[in-house]
Amino acid sequence: MKKASALNNLLSEIGDLYLFIIKFFKEGFKPRYEFAEFFRQCYYIGNKTLPLIAVTGFIIGLVVTIQSYPSLEVFGTESWMPSVVSVSLVRELVPVITALICAGKIASGIGAELGSMKVTEQIDAMEVSGTNPFKYLVVTRVFATTLMLPLLMILCDTISLYGAYIAVDMKQASTFHLFTSQIFIKLTFGDLIPSIIKSLFFGFAIGIIGCFKGYYTKNGTQGVGKAANTAVVSATFALFIIDLIAVQIADIFHIIT
Amino acid sequence: MKTENTNTSVISIKGLKKSFDENHVLRDFSVELAEGENLVVLGKSGSGKSVLIKCIIGLMKPDEGNIEVFGENVMTLSHDELDEMRVKVGFLFQSNALYDSMTIRENLEFPLRRHWDKNTQGNINDLVMEALSNVGLESTVDKMPSELSGGMQKRIALARTLILKPKIILYDEPTTGLDPITGKEICHLIVDMQKKYNTSSIIISHDINCVKITANRIVMLIDGLCYATGTFEELSNSKDEKIQQFFD
Ligand SMILES: Nc1ncnc2c1ncn2[C@@H]1O[C@H](COP(=O)(O)OP(=O)(O)OP(=O)(O)O)[C@@H](O)[C@H]1O
Ligand SMILES: [Mg+2]
Repeated sequence: MKKASALNNLLSEIGDLYLFIIKFFKEGFKPRYEFAEFFRQCYYIGNKTLPLIAVTGFIIGLVVTIQSYPSLEVFGTESWMPSVVSVSLVRELVPVITALICAGKIASGIGAELGSMKVTEQIDAMEVSGTNPFKYLVVTRVFATTLMLPLLMILCDTISLYGAYIAVDMKQASTFHLFTSQIFIKLTFGDLIPSIIKSLFFGFAIGIIGCFKGYYTKNGTQGVGKAANTAVVSATFALFIIDLIAVQIADIFHIIT
Repeated sequence: MKTENTNTSVISIKGLKKSFDENHVLRDFSVELAEGENLVVLGKSGSGKSVLIKCIIGLMKPDEGNIEVFGENVMTLSHDELDEMRVKVGFLFQSNALYDSMTIRENLEFPLRRHWDKNTQGNINDLVMEALSNVGLESTVDKMPSELSGGMQKRIALARTLILKPKIILYDEPTTGLDPITGKEICHLIVDMQKKYNTSSIIISHDINCVKITANRIVMLIDGLCYATGTFEELSNSKDEKIQQFFD
């Protein structure tokens, strides 16, 4: 009985999310456009996550390189290090790490912000003052996360590769010039483009789930905490599902080409 | 008692019903608001007063009944038409509902956004300052709502409601949380608005002094019904115990 109702809740939640997404596509491309709020959100997202993403990117680049050194050393292929590491960073690690950081910071932030606006009737107040709150709050935030995630990811790519360079330089004297030329032997746009597309989906998922949880907050202040919390959990889960689907699609393309 | 004339009534509610699960809040509520009238709704806490005015503005969907605002049925309006209607109807939230991420100026500018193209920046500034001076809080214009006291927040919320000079204003407890002096000022402001712009208002209030100042007519909302209606004198002299409770 209890299990059935839990499953029921999950399914109805997924149904509601689906309707929310449909509503987003219906409202999102119609005027009026809230550009000012959109840019404010973009700035806010970048501003909030940039330091964390920079530091994490650097550390990941450094750590992955040092970790893979022994296994490459066994085969005497240390010179492949830059190309091997850069491919795994750009294709998988950096997009996922960036998205996870944003899920933690942005999705919870959006969930809490919209949630508290909901319970203090600020969303209703927008509604009665003739501003469509869905457009003003949801559409702008979802577009902002969708745009900002790829940008943040590219930035994180750059910093993580610099981290990788530092690690390579520690193990075997190298120059920055040599390192970059070694990277670009292997790393192509074919690696970058799929992860940019993937990041767009990550960004969309983070934005839409954060907004969905916040927008339908119930039960007062207690509900706000729950909205923030479940936003992070659901967004993180969604990221891995998207990643799983993306890797399958990328694989099919890889076989074809 | 005033005779109801359909020609001049700006809000007309008939047979309104609204329940939340088993909680039947409004059972069969009917009332008319005449043009230029201040109508006070009296009722116990939890009797459904806030629900009633949220139904009028279209924030809640009633289960049954008819609500007409300026002759248009609120329930059948499209979203855009509803927006058009809401320009003419101001709403003061019981919880103030100030945007806490915006300054007071931005809060007051928000309802003006849809008219930005028609207004110059200087014009908007004038409107904001005028609205603030109506409630005596010009000095707070660049503060955040959280920096203000509860009563000041209430007055800012009132200024935000009045800034578009709506034809109908729905006040949800405009004086709760205010000291008696400020409360009285707000009541006089409500009456001034009525005189100056010929607005019609529905005022929800427990504050008998405020009711006395503002009410042209009072309706008693008891058990989800329009239990009684009349002027302040008529009701305060009533022998009915349920009515008497409010005037003691
Ligand atoms: N969104 C909602 N969901 C469920 N029940 C609700 C909701 N809103 C109001 N109610 C119920 O409707 C009833 C009336 O609520 P309402 O807020 O209209 O009271 P009120 O007359 O404004 O009281 P007060 O003077 O305390 O503000 C209450 O019993 C409340 O529990
Ligand atoms: Mg109320």
